Amino acid sequence: MMSPAVKQSAQRKAYLNANIIAPAQGLNGKGGILVEDGWILAVGPKVTKDSIGTGTASFDCVGATLIPGLIDMRVFTGEPGTEYRETLATASEAAAAGGVTTMIVMPNTQPVIDDAAIVDFILRRARDTALVRVAPMAAITKGLAGELMSEIGSLKEAGAVAVTDGTHAVSNANLFRRALTYAKDFDMLVVQHVEEASLSKGVMNSSETASRLGLAGNPAMSEVIMLERDIRLVEMTGARYHASQISCATSLDVIRSAKAKGLPVTCGVSIHHLTLNENDIGAYRTFFKLSPPLRTEDDRRALVAGVADGTIDVIVSSHDPQSADTKRLPFAEAAFGAIGLETMLSAAIGLYHNENMPLGRLVEALSSTPADILGLETGRLAPGAPADFALLDLTMSWTVDETKLRSRSKNSPQEDRTLEGRVIETVVAGRTVYAYAR
Amino acid sequence: MTSPSARPRLLKGQHLLAVEDISPLEIVALLDLAQTYVSEGNGPRQRNPILQGQTQVNLFFEASTRTQSSFEIAGKRLGADVMNMAISSSALSKGETVLDTAMTINAMHPNFLVVRHQSSGAVELLAQKVSCSVINAGDGQHEHPTQALLDALTIRRRKNSIEGLTVAICGDVLHSRVARSNIHMLNKLGARVRVVAPSTLLPTGIANFGVEVHRNMRDGLEGADVVMMLRLQLERMSGAFVPSQREYYRFYGLNEEKLRYAKPDALVMHPGPMNRGIEIDSNVADGAQSVIREQVEMGVAVRMAVLDALSRNWPAGTKS
Repeated sequence: MMSPAVKQSAQRKAYLNANIIAPAQGLNGKGGILVEDGWILAVGPKVTKDSIGTGTASFDCVGATLIPGLIDMRVFTGEPGTEYRETLATASEAAAAGGVTTMIVMPNTQPVIDDAAIVDFILRRARDTALVRVAPMAAITKGLAGELMSEIGSLKEAGAVAVTDGTHAVSNANLFRRALTYAKDFDMLVVQHVEEASLSKGVMNSSETASRLGLAGNPAMSEVIMLERDIRLVEMTGARYHASQISCATSLDVIRSAKAKGLPVTCGVSIHHLTLNENDIGAYRTFFKLSPPLRTEDDRRALVAGVADGTIDVIVSSHDPQSADTKRLPFAEAAFGAIGLETMLSAAIGLYHNENMPLGRLVEALSSTPADILGLETGRLAPGAPADFALLDLTMSWTVDETKLRSRSKNSPQEDRTLEGRVIETVVAGRTVYAYAR
Repeated sequence: MTSPSARPRLLKGQHLLAVEDISPLEIVALLDLAQTYVSEGNGPRQRNPILQGQTQVNLFFEASTRTQSSFEIAGKRLGADVMNMAISSSALSKGETVLDTAMTINAMHPNFLVVRHQSSGAVELLAQKVSCSVINAGDGQHEHPTQALLDALTIRRRKNSIEGLTVAICGDVLHSRVARSNIHMLNKLGARVRVVAPSTLLPTGIANFGVEVHRNMRDGLEGADVVMMLRLQLERMSGAFVPSQREYYRFYGLNEEKLRYAKPDALVMHPGPMNRGIEIDSNVADGAQSVIREQVEMGVAVRMAVLDALSRNWPAGTKS
């Protein structure tokens, strides 16, 4: 178990009378949390004004909801290489404002995170510049080229929490089989972008909408085929495997059957795929150009149900900052990706308000489950755990204003939408890294 | 110059970007206006200088012979100053984006931008950023509205009305902006539209476009009033989408034998340029039922009508 280094506060303080939701620790109701030196000393209904003793700074949180800090398993930044898009520091500001206390950054940087020295660079830069905890996933293949395995053991030793080629799928089945086999010896998680390359040359979902727009489409089956192939390889090798994002209803069946067989398979979904569908592309709006593509409303609803029933393990922002240069282009020529760190939690709370998603399931999928999958000691509210948590106002509505988003890039598909529920304070290692200014 | 306010407005919008966006009433108004230009064109070719002093820029990111020259002649017949800009791929490889190019040209204050681009949606993107009227001369695999207008005018002149006609659109529907614009156009005008192609050349969900889908020419052409052939690019018939040219010709090439499935007076159309002997036989292309040359002629009239109609939407006193 590990927790990436971050600036901490030594102060002893207590947050009292909050509505605490942390299902993994069986917390669901009124209580408080006492922290000191960046760690949780006590949490739950017994932490009250009387129990904490005099001399402890305390904050009354009546009406607020307190949850573990979020762990976002899929964040792209531009550091190193394309800092004009995003740095670890700017991404961490967006994260803090969105209740995300641990960002897992992807290896798709320049240079690629495929070497222990670059893992070390990321960890040091993050420690010195970021407001929240940061840990990288490293590349499965050198240079993300899909040809040669990276030094998975050394990368793990340096602090990489998993290996993935990020936006690329490892197409070569034999290479992927070897990577799984080798990674298993180091108990390293292998994370795949599930897309069969030759079926994925399009720019949106393959559908009537794509045909009307005259855009080339990717069928949902390109994802399903890759997922099924990978799961056969997991069956062969026994390695721990995580599908970074699934986007369609059929993939849920594949995941369910793999889990029913007891295979070490988990999967994620992006907040975009839970809240948007292909029709949002409208008249060629490139902020909605994602990989995997946004699919149909039926797929979206199936994904929401998949989170609710636990088939989908985690929710990610898939935060991918893109500048105007790469987005203000004809749809087919524009880059894939959308930002989401700052709006993920609010958008997820919308699922609780509007689509019967249990709040506890959202909290698990955003904190304790990613912690378990990655072997992190954050993401839980328990004595001895790092003091990473967020306070929410579940009903405050706010409108997403591009000019106020903290990310250095502004490609938000939630732009101008009004969301219900927002973060009012984010605490990392006992230190307040974000406080909502009314 | 006639004051713009003296001429009734025919189109709601500032631009002509897609047939899907315009109403049947707007379409009929454009066709009626185009018809008046056909008569003028056949007469002593007197200029009707309603666009004198206005500037029309033809901005072609993708090579074109007939569409570009048709727009050029249309503009000149109305008295506009027409400039052709072919943006070679080398200019784009210098890093200038569509929007950069558009903003540069916009700063010179043209009145019309006629744009063709290889990416679907590119013309619409550009139209959002400029102050003049933009005409879509073909964007990717999306739309080519003036082609559909000229096809409709050609059919209407020969058949008097489009409502109730059966029109078979045959060939590479998947990659064709002409097919998409025509499907919208003919549906809006009350025709019964069929598409005929091998399944590899049909877009996903095509049945929901308001068309009957056929996979063989016999069923597809049965009783048709109009047979509209589409161009199939050579690189798409060497194994990628269909196995070979000769196989395509055998099953989908329009020859006299297949044309006999259609009504005896069926019109044969093709947007050009044709692959003779592949999607269409020369003796059909040049035969009695062919109106392919007339389509080209109607192209000029339709584009004059579009330029005229859009100029009516400008504020009074617009100068170049």
